[in-house]
Amino acid sequence: MTSPLEQKKIKIAGPSVVTANRTWDGIVVYRTAAKSWSADLSEAAIVRNSDEAKALLAESVADDVGAIGPYIAPVQVGADGKIEPGNLREQIRRTGVTIGQSAQA
Amino acid sequence: MYAYDEIDRTLVNERVSEFRDQVKRRLSGELTEDEFKILRLQNGVYLQLHAYMFRVAIPYGTLATDQLRALAHVARKYDRGYGHFTTRQNIQFNWIKLAELPDALEDLAKVGIHAMQTSGNNMRNVTSDQWAGVAPGEIEDPRIWSELIRQHTTLHPEFSFLPRKFKIAITASDHDRAAIKIHDIGLKLIKNEKGETGFEVLVGGGLGRTPFIGKTIKHFVHGRDILSYIEAILRVYNQYGRRDNIYKARIKILVHELGIEKFSREVEEEWQHIRNASLQIDDEVIEDIRSRFTYPAYEKLPHMPDELRQAAADADFEAWRKNSVAPHKVQGYSIVTISLKPIGKPPGDATAEQMDALADLADKYSFGEIRVGHEQNLALPHVAKRDLPALWKALDKLGLATPNVNLITDIIACPGLDYCSLANARSIPIAQELTRRFANHELANLIGRLHINISGCINACGHHHVGHIGILGVEKNGEEVYQITIGGRADEGAALGNLIGPGVKFDEVADVIEDVVEAYLALRERPEELFIDTVKRLGVEPFKERVYATR
Repeated sequence: MTSPLEQKKIKIAGPSVVTANRTWDGIVVYRTAAKSWSADLSEAAIVRNSDEAKALLAESVADDVGAIGPYIAPVQVGADGKIEPGNLREQIRRTGVTIGQSAQA
Repeated sequence: MYAYDEIDRTLVNERVSEFRDQVKRRLSGELTEDEFKILRLQNGVYLQLHAYMFRVAIPYGTLATDQLRALAHVARKYDRGYGHFTTRQNIQFNWIKLAELPDALEDLAKVGIHAMQTSGNNMRNVTSDQWAGVAPGEIEDPRIWSELIRQHTTLHPEFSFLPRKFKIAITASDHDRAAIKIHDIGLKLIKNEKGETGFEVLVGGGLGRTPFIGKTIKHFVHGRDILSYIEAILRVYNQYGRRDNIYKARIKILVHELGIEKFSREVEEEWQHIRNASLQIDDEVIEDIRSRFTYPAYEKLPHMPDELRQAAADADFEAWRKNSVAPHKVQGYSIVTISLKPIGKPPGDATAEQMDALADLADKYSFGEIRVGHEQNLALPHVAKRDLPALWKALDKLGLATPNVNLITDIIACPGLDYCSLANARSIPIAQELTRRFANHELANLIGRLHINISGCINACGHHHVGHIGILGVEKNGEEVYQITIGGRADEGAALGNLIGPGVKFDEVADVIEDVVEAYLALRERPEELFIDTVKRLGVEPFKERVYATR
C-alpha cells in the first residue's frame, strides 16, 4: 500500500476521510464534521472531491495539538451508509495487526 | 557486563528530564509537531500505523538481568505486554503513549538503559557480535571498542545532524556475526605483524533502496587512532554527503559516487590534520573501559559432564543442542542461543513474562547476562555444559526452546505493514506461514542452514538483500506483491541476492519458497552442501525454472 508519507498531490478517486494519530497517545483517529477527532470511523467526515479534501485536510493540519500526521485516506461507503476502510493499510489501522498477536487489544 | 560511571548516569538522567519537559511542552501546544519531531526522534520515538513506537538501545547487544526485567516492566506497564527485538540490537515497543514515555524512560534510566540516538540523522546504536568476549578465537572483546565509540559519539555535537543516519558495527572474529559489511562503517578487530591491536575499516555498506557491500578503506588503523579515523570519515561525509535528496544521503552513495579511492584520499587528508591531536587514545583510557567490563568467575569444569552425556539420549534435547548450543572460549561452558522464532509467531517478539523468566534463568545459569543478536534472537553467553539439560527444560516451558536456530524457520522479518508507516506490504504473516510450512524439524534439519529475510518495503529493515532467500514486499496496483531473491548473505562473505523472476502475490509466497527449497534439495551435490553454496555453484536459473515453469 502506498504510504501516505509519499502522498504528494491531493487527488481523490472516491469517498475519503482525513485520518491521523492522536497526539497524547498515538491512537488512530478520524476528523469529524464537528471539527474534532474521533476513534470511530463511522463518525468521520466524508469528502468526495479534491476541494473538500483540501479544506478538511487544512483544518485538520491546523489542529496540531489534537492529532499528528493527518492525511487523506480512501473509504468505501455502503448503501446503508456504513463506512469501511478503502485499502489494506487503512483496514489494518482500523482493526489492528493481522498476525493473531494475542497481546492485541 | 559494563558498569556505568557517574557521568553516564548523570547524562541519562538529565536526558530524561529534558525529554519530560519537551513532551510537556508538546502536549500543551507550546511546541508544534514540526518542532517536536526531531526531538522525539532523537529519543527513539517514531509514529507508526497504530501508535507511537519506542525504540530502546541495547549497546553492543549486552543486557544485565535487571535491564531485561526493566524492559519487561515497560512492556507490561506502558505497552501491551511484549517487545520486538530488531536487527540492530534494539528493542521496540509498539503501542506506547507519548504522555507516558517520560515515565518509561525514567524507569529504564534506573538500570542504565536509554533510547538516545536510536533514530534520527545521527550515530545510531553501535552494534557488535552477540558472542563478544566468549567466542573462541576472538582477537579480543570488541565491546571495549564499541563502548569507546559509543561514548565518543553519544550527543557528539558535530554528528547530531548528519545528512542521514549512521551505523557502525564491530566484530573481532573471523566469522562475522555482526554483519559489518552492510554497515556505514564496519570494523574488524585484527592484530598487525607487531601484535598491536587495530582495525580493518570498511565503509559504505548498507541496504535499503540502493544496496552496497562495504569496501575496505584502510587495511589497518591502530587502535589508538580509531576515533580520529572514524571522525575523519564522518567529517568527509558531513561535508560532502547529500542533504538535498533523502534517497541519496547515506554514506554508501557518497562512497559509490566518489569511488573508494577518491573517498579514501579525502579521509586520509582530513585524518592527517587530526590524528595526532586530542582524539589519540591513551592506553589508560582503553584500560579504564576494559576494567569496567566484568567477566564471570568461571569454574574449572570438564569438557563433557555426566549431565550432558546422559541427556544425549533424549532426541528432543539433542535436536535443540545441535542448533542452539555453540562452543565457548572456556572449557566446560557453552553459548546458548535462545530462538525468538517459535512456529507461527512473529519473529523477534518476546512477552514480558518470557523476558522476566529469561532474566531469572540468566541469573541461575549465565552469570546474570543476556545477549541480543541481529538475527532477532537472544543468547545466554556463559552456560556451564552440565546445566544445559536443565536450562533446556526451563526454556521449553517458556516457549523459548524451538530447535530452529540457523534453520529455515529462523526468519528475520521487519514489522512490515502490520505496524510500520513506511511499509508497503506485510512481512510477519509471510514469516508465520513459512514457519508453519517448514515446522517439521526433521525437514528443516534436512534442509540445513538457510536464512530467510523478509522486508515489507524497499527500506530493507528485514535485510532481504542479504538473506539466502530474500523476500521484499512491494505494492502493485493496490496489491501486495513479493519479489524473491536468492544468494545473499550477511557474514564475512557478504553478498547481495539476485532476483529469481517476477513478483508473486501474498498467498503464493510460501508455495514459491517451497519450490525453491525443493529445487535445492534436488540440486545439491551432497547433504552437506548448503543452500547458499548450491546457489553460488549453479546461479539463479535452475531455481527460476523450477518456480516459474508452472506459473
